Amino acid sequence: MSVNLPPFQALLEEHRTDVYRFLVATAGSTEADDAFQETWIAALRAYPKLRRADNLRAWLFRIAQNKSIDAHRARGRRPVPVATLPERPSPSVEDDPELWARLRALPAKQRTAVFCRSVLGMPYEELAVLLESSEDAARRNVHEGLKRLREELTDD
Amino acid sequence: MIDIEQQLREAALDLPTDSPSLAERAAEEGLLDVAYSSVDSPLGPLVVAATPKGLVRVSYTEFRGEDDVLEDLARRVSPRVLEAPAKLDPVRRELDEYFDGRREDFDVAIDWSYLAGFTREVLRATASIPFGDVSTYAGVAEAAGSPRAVRAAGNALGANPMPVVVPCHRVLRTGGALGGYTGGVERKEFLLRLEGRLL
Repeated sequence: MSVNLPPFQALLEEHRTDVYRFLVATAGSTEADDAFQETWIAALRAYPKLRRADNLRAWLFRIAQNKSIDAHRARGRRPVPVATLPERPSPSVEDDPELWARLRALPAKQRTAVFCRSVLGMPYEELAVLLESSEDAARRNVHEGLKRLREELTDD
Repeated sequence: MIDIEQQLREAALDLPTDSPSLAERAAEEGLLDVAYSSVDSPLGPLVVAATPKGLVRVSYTEFRGEDDVLEDLARRVSPRVLEAPAKLDPVRRELDEYFDGRREDFDVAIDWSYLAGFTREVLRATASIPFGDVSTYAGVAEAAGSPRAVRAAGNALGANPMPVVVPCHRVLRTGGALGGYTGGVERKEFLLRLEGRLL
């Protein structure tokens, strides 16, 4: 049995802006361009082997989440020249509103859950597929992430 | 209490949208199975598509919508279909020259591998009819090795996935009547006029 996958271009046009914004928000603007290409190239590589054509968005954002996590790790490893040590961790954080910097400080699943639920309005059922978790766990990730952001922003 | 979700939604509107392009990188990685682009022509807009081996599709957009053509390519060739205008530059240039009267033969490679059996033979025979010349349905059936399969030859020509480049417009009825054309008989007339076969 084979599935009728839409032309990849259709997938790209439907989701490219959301994926890009997700990566800027969760990985930072400096990292977003690379992470964006890595996401779509990985998706393109795996695409013909997909057995189901439903939940394509969840599948795509799971890849994007992984690339965002990779970008985070890479940033953590990047050497910082001592003479020009910035006061803040990285220029990409400095450029963006504080809200995104706070989001980036959350655990990976919470970052993804908060963005996909609050910004994209993703149903919990879909979010659970994305996070490879139960719907309850998806709800908890959204709830915990939002709670922490709210507390941090209220403290200031 | 602050509405953090509202803040996130509003802040998201300011996030950049100008994401980098993909086709070039996809091609470098060997993942661009089907590159396509739209091309303007005197016969209206065309969708042209190619695999790394050569041209697989030329389609009159006004006759069959682009989405429909892309879905068909995704099914028949590969779902790795991406818009990549630069990959189609050689075809675009040759089509421009042809429609300007500066080119008689197409030099771009054709990928025949998605055409099977008799259809492929008929279309290959058709591809060898020179500019300014014409043949008949019976003639291409014979050239394809099955002189009696005239109707099947007609069907194969009607399903030609690369009109203009594989010149099915050069195939007429025995006796000289134009016969049909996928894309409309007025396009067939236009092409034959361009090639000096019709006044």
